[in-house]
Amino acid sequence: MSARRLDTTALIYLALAGIVALGGVAVAVRGGNLFSTANLVDMLTRTSLTGFLAIGMTLVILCRSLDLSVGYTAALSSLVAATTMDGDPDRIVLGAAAALLIAGLIGAANGAIVAFLGVNPFIATLGVGLIIKGYLDTEYQGPAGLVPTAFQQFGYTRIAFVPVSTIVMLVLAAAGIWFLRSTRTGHHMYAVGGDSDIARMSGVRTERVLMCAHILCGVLAGVAGLLLAARFGTGSAESYTNLYELDAIAAVVLGGTLLLGGRGGVAGTVAGVAILAVLDTVFNVMQVNPFAKDVLRGAIIIAAVAVYARRQLSRTARRPRFADAGTAAETGRS
Amino acid sequence: MSRLRTAASALSGGTGPVIALLALVFAAIAVANPGFFEGPSLMAFLKQAAPLVILAAGQYFVIVSGNFDLSVGALVGAQVVIAARLIDGEESRTLPVLGVMLLFGLAVGLANGLITTALKVQSFITTLGMMLVLYGAIRLWTGGAPTGGLSEAFRGPGRRGIDGLPLIGQLPWALLAMIGLGAAAVWLMRTRFGRILVATGDNDLAAERSGARIDTVRTAAFVLSGLSATIAGVLIGGYAGVSAQVGEGMEFTVITAVVLGGVVLGGGRGSVVAAMAGALAIEALFALFNQLALPSTLRPSVQGLIIIAAVAYAAKRSARRPVPAIATTTTDPS
Repeated sequence: MSARRLDTTALIYLALAGIVALGGVAVAVRGGNLFSTANLVDMLTRTSLTGFLAIGMTLVILCRSLDLSVGYTAALSSLVAATTMDGDPDRIVLGAAAALLIAGLIGAANGAIVAFLGVNPFIATLGVGLIIKGYLDTEYQGPAGLVPTAFQQFGYTRIAFVPVSTIVMLVLAAAGIWFLRSTRTGHHMYAVGGDSDIARMSGVRTERVLMCAHILCGVLAGVAGLLLAARFGTGSAESYTNLYELDAIAAVVLGGTLLLGGRGGVAGTVAGVAILAVLDTVFNVMQVNPFAKDVLRGAIIIAAVAVYARRQLSRTARRPRFADAGTAAETGRS
Repeated sequence: MSRLRTAASALSGGTGPVIALLALVFAAIAVANPGFFEGPSLMAFLKQAAPLVILAAGQYFVIVSGNFDLSVGALVGAQVVIAARLIDGEESRTLPVLGVMLLFGLAVGLANGLITTALKVQSFITTLGMMLVLYGAIRLWTGGAPTGGLSEAFRGPGRRGIDGLPLIGQLPWALLAMIGLGAAAVWLMRTRFGRILVATGDNDLAAERSGARIDTVRTAAFVLSGLSATIAGVLIGGYAGVSAQVGEGMEFTVITAVVLGGVVLGGGRGSVVAAMAGALAIEALFALFNQLALPSTLRPSVQGLIIIAAVAYAAKRSARRPVPAIATTTTDPS
């Protein structure tokens, strides 16, 4: 089981290496250098924001849930952080804590609606996202609050060519990998995503697992909000218009986590985030029209999932639970 | 007799709550502004609501067969921009361009359907990718901002109607289109195709074993959704004119509408009439907001609250069913 999962992850890192190599060649042909410090910094900077959101998204998707509210949660927590700090360096901790608390509460609300009210996660988190959007649109017409320069360092400082925010993201990713591989709740997440009914009958408290995943996802969206606040120097409601949640979902799916839950992991997600970041940087360096980027990105996401679906088909056929479905699909195609 | 029973079950089943909600919102509007229900203003409301109702019918086909179509908003926007660019103010080009738009809608639906069924990519990802592709491609083609202009003949269906009628003044073409397409959708759901569509959404394995071509009906559902987005695009373009924002976020509004109508995400349950009533209820709610002079920025919040409440209510109802665990035993909608 773990060997097979490693297979998928290895494949994704191979794809990442391939894309880096191809991108490097493409840029070199145009007389540029993809691996110059500026480009590396650009690439790594792009990974951090989507990375935070995608790590949390991995957890909920593994549980066969979804979180469409993370973009709004991030925008809200950036505002909470910036208005609480209000330019006072002494209130950095307070502001960050408040932002993370609010984000965690939103995650808890998502989890409760999904787990206890039995609402489809797509609808539940879309609804919560819309509620936050309404609040943001009504309360904040423009940027609000002020982030002290000390905290802005979180957005700009880097060690050699690695931004601090990327390091934080990687540390959190490592924590996520450890959490999923070595803790009981982590294992339960795979069980709940694989089949919630069977997990419940096996004694897993599925509601608690779902709540846990959603709360962690919310808190990670809060971290993303802190990064937004640090980068802009102020809280910004407008940032939800960037549809970060769709980027995060795309990264998770690119990373080989099944949208139907139960399979995947944070390691793949990090590769997915990196693939998107490398593509963005390559497009930027080669001055590809920004709208062409959207087209390519959409096509790549679909193509990647189609490739995974092919691999998945042959593999699920081996599992007794899906033996019937596998053969039926094959006879249907022939 | 069986007719009667169908009608009764339609009211007591999923359709009841949304009709009640619709009545409630209309009652609230009547209290806020009794003049709303006079002929002309009611017709104006229906004219404005028609595109969403038509989109809801299209989305219903996709959702009831167990999929999503997130690309409709981008498709509506794309169609309007295509019309403006190709017609460029020339009356004589109206009809050929309408033909091109129909083909384009058909092609997008077909692509969504084939990628989802033949390549086994989840519809969420397929249509999300399609949304990115359409969004980028249209802006790439027009260089960022919509160019050209619509002809008078093109704008007719969206803004004009049969004039000089007693009592109501003008009978909008949009309303006629809505009624005609609504009737066609109801008829379609009563045909073999409609039955197979619902059966596929309820349990695709069982449907396939019974000899249903599940991939074909699912693809057809996407094509219908693409066509409904085309018609909605014609109506919206006619009514509101061309802008880069046309259709933005509409996919979520229309899914909200369909789900509000008691249609279950994941497929197999709900009626097309209820889906269209859900769309009407959402539009009525927005009209109520206008009547009460509430800030329009609060709209998303109320939309979010209502959608969560509606689905939580439906989930509670279905949990009380005697045999909830096995979906195949609850095919009877009553």
